[in-house]
Amino acid sequence: MKSLEELRALRDKMKSQTDNRSVAGKDETVIKVGMATCGIAAGARPVLDALLDEADKRQLHNVSISQTGCIGLCRLEPIVEVFKDGQKYTYILMTPEKARKVIVDHVVNGNVCSEYLIGENS
Amino acid sequence: MRELALNILDIAENSLSAGAKLVQVRVEADFAADTMRISVRDDGRGMSAEMLARVTDPFTTTRTTRKVGMGIPLFKYSAESAGGSFHIESEEGVGTYVYAEYRIGHVDRMPLGDFGGVALQLVTMNPQTDFCIVARADEAEGVLDTREIKEILGEDIPLSAPEVRAFLKEYIQENLMDIFGGRL
Repeated sequence: MKSLEELRALRDKMKSQTDNRSVAGKDETVIKVGMATCGIAAGARPVLDALLDEADKRQLHNVSISQTGCIGLCRLEPIVEVFKDGQKYTYILMTPEKARKVIVDHVVNGNVCSEYLIGENS
Repeated sequence: MRELALNILDIAENSLSAGAKLVQVRVEADFAADTMRISVRDDGRGMSAEMLARVTDPFTTTRTTRKVGMGIPLFKYSAESAGGSFHIESEEGVGTYVYAEYRIGHVDRMPLGDFGGVALQLVTMNPQTDFCIVARADEAEGVLDTREIKEILGEDIPLSAPEVRAFLKEYIQENLMDIFGGRL
């Protein structure tokens, strides 16, 4: 079983590596997931997990993923907001599969997943 | 809500909104007595006696944009519909303590669900707050305290670093499996 001793070893290993994560500049993409009662009940947690997992798998260092409160459109939860290139994109009724697609198509390749955007669906 | 773990996340989010510096979450099971208890204690801003009296009413909320707040009522319902009970104590400027008790074998008790995932999310996504998360079943106990982890990591490595997150994910799951063994 894992112990906190291993965490100590991990820290020493990380310290010895040069960290290029902190150099994220102004091209940083910010992703927010609504995590209030409405979002949680609608399945925001698996969506957040999928976003983190996909970003980690692709080693995306210029992406910051965080959670926020109720965005105000409870019936369209889970909602994911992507702030990229000075624009805000609101993705609604998200699932883990859609979330992975947003990371791949939009965040990595710059093609907005317009079929999930609020303007197309509400 | 289909999992008790999601209720825990929701209640802990209230603690974060209340500006808590330390949030203590406990899930304790006594299999011999067929009871389990979930509690969340914070040192946030707390609430007035008047607010406390109304807080289990779904038409009470601190939000200003609407009049509905479902988090506490749903948590209360999860316990009371499963032969359990719900309690809340709060004092302004001191903090809030919420706990619910369940009959483990009750047919309507929701499964605990992905408590490990919720614990991971709480500790990695909220760097400004400390968490002490305890899981206990009979004699087996596991404690995850972010103050201890931050001390090990030092100042320049955040809990949200992917390597740390990956470690914590396995660490939490292994310990939970050891303690609860999927029985909840």
